[in-house]
Amino acid sequence: MEHFDLSLVNWSRAQFALTAMYHWVFVPLTLGLAFIIAFMETLYVKTGDEEWKRITKFWMTLFGINFAIGVATGIILEFEFGTNWSNYSWFVGDIFGAPLAIEGIMAFFMESTFIAVMFFGWNKVSKKFHLVSTWLVAVGANLSALWILVANGWMQYPAGMYFNPDTARNEMHNFWEVLFSPVAINKFLHTITSGYVLAAIFVIGVSAWYMLKGRNILLAKRSIIVAAVFGLVTSIFLALTGDGSAYQVAQKQPMKLAAMEGLYEGQEGAPLIVVGALTPGKQFDDDMDPYIFRIQIPKMLSFLGYRSGDAFVPGVKDLVEGGYTYVDKNGVEKVALSAEQKIERGKIAIKALADYTAAKDANDTVAVAYNRALLNDNFEYFGYGYLNNPKSIIPNVPLTFYSFHIMVALGFLFIGFFMLILYLVYFRQFKINKWILRLSILMIPLAYIASQTGWIVAEVGRQPWVIQDILPTVAAVSRIDSSAVQITFFLFFTIFTALLIAELRIMFKQIKIGSKEGDK
Amino acid sequence: MVDTTYIFLQHYWWFIISLLGALLVFLLFVQGGQTLIYTLGKTELERTMLINALGRKWEFTFTTLVTFGGAFFASFPLFYSTSFGGAYWVWMAILFCFIVQAISYEFRSKPNNFLGQRTYEVFLYINGLLGTILFGTAVATFFTGSMFSVDKMNLTDVNNPVISSWETPWHGLEAALNLHNLALGLAVFFLARTLAILYFMNHVNHNAIFERAKKHLLYNALPFVVLFLVFVIWLMLRDGFAVNPSDGTVFMEKYKYLHNLIQMPVILIVFLVGVLLVLWGIAKSLISNYTKGIWFTGVGTVLAVLALFLIAGWNNTAYYPSTFNLQHSLTIFNSSSSKFTLTVMSFVSLLIPFVVAYIWYAWKSINVKQIDEYEMSSESHVY
Repeated sequence: MEHFDLSLVNWSRAQFALTAMYHWVFVPLTLGLAFIIAFMETLYVKTGDEEWKRITKFWMTLFGINFAIGVATGIILEFEFGTNWSNYSWFVGDIFGAPLAIEGIMAFFMESTFIAVMFFGWNKVSKKFHLVSTWLVAVGANLSALWILVANGWMQYPAGMYFNPDTARNEMHNFWEVLFSPVAINKFLHTITSGYVLAAIFVIGVSAWYMLKGRNILLAKRSIIVAAVFGLVTSIFLALTGDGSAYQVAQKQPMKLAAMEGLYEGQEGAPLIVVGALTPGKQFDDDMDPYIFRIQIPKMLSFLGYRSGDAFVPGVKDLVEGGYTYVDKNGVEKVALSAEQKIERGKIAIKALADYTAAKDANDTVAVAYNRALLNDNFEYFGYGYLNNPKSIIPNVPLTFYSFHIMVALGFLFIGFFMLILYLVYFRQFKINKWILRLSILMIPLAYIASQTGWIVAEVGRQPWVIQDILPTVAAVSRIDSSAVQITFFLFFTIFTALLIAELRIMFKQIKIGSKEGDK
Repeated sequence: MVDTTYIFLQHYWWFIISLLGALLVFLLFVQGGQTLIYTLGKTELERTMLINALGRKWEFTFTTLVTFGGAFFASFPLFYSTSFGGAYWVWMAILFCFIVQAISYEFRSKPNNFLGQRTYEVFLYINGLLGTILFGTAVATFFTGSMFSVDKMNLTDVNNPVISSWETPWHGLEAALNLHNLALGLAVFFLARTLAILYFMNHVNHNAIFERAKKHLLYNALPFVVLFLVFVIWLMLRDGFAVNPSDGTVFMEKYKYLHNLIQMPVILIVFLVGVLLVLWGIAKSLISNYTKGIWFTGVGTVLAVLALFLIAGWNNTAYYPSTFNLQHSLTIFNSSSSKFTLTVMSFVSLLIPFVVAYIWYAWKSINVKQIDEYEMSSESHVY
């Protein structure tokens, strides 16, 4: 790929990753806290207990601090698709743009309209209208997530579209296939529930701090009850949707699955690595053992990926060299092509597009028909045509592997944590050991780590593709100077970091201040 | 064969984009107001009242900008890829202006806010000053053109597949050196301030602020009117980027935008009514203690800007002209999404009246009474 300006590509990737990761620091808390606040306000409206109102308002203050910065980073992400990935914007804009527009019309306005009522309407609108507004903020925030995750899911598994050689782009032909693609649905459910779990942990952690300090006890206890129930239910759902996501990855992005598990040599009855460390410097075509050590569950990867303990799971080497048999999406058994063969066919597809256009300009109908057929036959490998080296289809295996295992381990830890808290709440009448309270606070950064590693798995694991098999990241960038992107990268880095520091300081201060009235 | 449905959809989506753009310009009163906080507010309490009056509306402006971008991406993706990827510095500067705004309201008065209250107020000022001028300047290039090239067949060059290129190293900054662009940029800035003053006169219940606002109305409305007239008269007299409907070629036509207004009389009427409403709202507020000027000037702004956007894209006009190569100019025909996508989104757009209705209802509920000193001490959520 030395023909591309890799400095530009890498800085563009770094800038997008920076923006996305900062955005995802703030958004999950918004997604989950919005529902937790709505539950709390519902309890206030149902019981008329003023303490619930104070509790609601306290968490709402923290929500507000967090919300604004999520909005700020979100707008950058939207526009970076154009500023830094202009080729991408044209090549798939016909499909990708629609969810973004729908997101704006359906979700953002709902969120921004009712958030004003939620914050400023306490003394201006009826209790019920206020409650409805709070719920609509939660629904609006989650609807926003739906559309952008549908768009992201489509990038991982492009469905409901065809390539139009006359416009030189991909065009949508089935909206429902885009919206209800199994990858998109799983991605949406898994991602928003991760936000719910993070918010539940955040509420428990902050409440635990109050209990350690011996203040705002009623607020803390009531908050823990709401958050622990919400957290347990959603963390179990998170595990289920995680399984669904991994199953989809196995079917649609086998290279990502291989990287997630550090699986270099494919095998039938492949085991799942529970804990392990990879051998540094391991290449796909050497004889080194991929693992320094591992604890594994036999046949589990085959079972989770293909719902059969004896199924063959291709490894990195198999995916580069091809030759194994697999069942395609139409249920037909096929022999996998090697990456080199795919690159060849991709180049045929790209040349066919050029020849098709030339033939059309020359009114050569025979050549038009021939090249169109050639393009159609090879289009599924179109993106490979921009690659030169078979090895370039391998993502960063260690980063994907460790991120995946950290995320999964933390996910199960959270389920256990919520169970423990609920046990202490219901069977020990809130007699919570101070070490468990401290552990609860420690859970907050762990929840953020789990959340970030999840996105690293999703995005690093699918490299080199920006659209799976159709457009590699290197061919998606805008034509700008690498130095320009470096400058904006550092500007974004500085400003996002300053805002994060400001947010954390304000948040800590507000937590220290606590609920303004009520129990002390 | 001419596909009339597709042509209708392309026009319909240019209308939606134009409407969103027009609403955005009106909502820039929030930005305009941010540049007036220290001009109109002389005490801490007065400034807090002004900031809170704006702070309850900033989300609408922000959301409209996001939706404007999203809708442009979805309906005219070639514009998105060409302009955003090319005029990199202008769009990045606009984005920076908006990042610093989003957090400033929420963080400004919170204790332990790291950068200090004054810094967040400076952020708001930067957003109000540069955000409006840059946005107006960028929109003016719809009439004056930019140096870019587009070749979709670059996709078949595996070594260099980028289809849109900016043909000057300035990447959009050159737009600010064009006086016609700058006239619109500055007109938008002074319009935003004028609208903000009218909004404060309507929504803030404070005599001293009202008197100061009225005084500054003249100082801002006058340059706005002058700059707006310069821009519009210049526009009417300049050559425009016309499209030959039979083969899609672009050529320069004398008085194209004047022709567009004359050939689309409904838009001419919309434009004139809009301008009259803008002037009426300002004039009535200047000569009396009238507080409802924002509604006239606001509605007038939406109508006038809508008309300007429409003459940029309708009536066989290239809305994003290339001065590098005329035939690379973007029109609503060669840059739009497919018929299928535009159809799907058109169904979604049927929700817009419903969205407008609930925004209106919620806005009314919150604005049920004016902001006053009492509210600043009794309200639990104050910026």
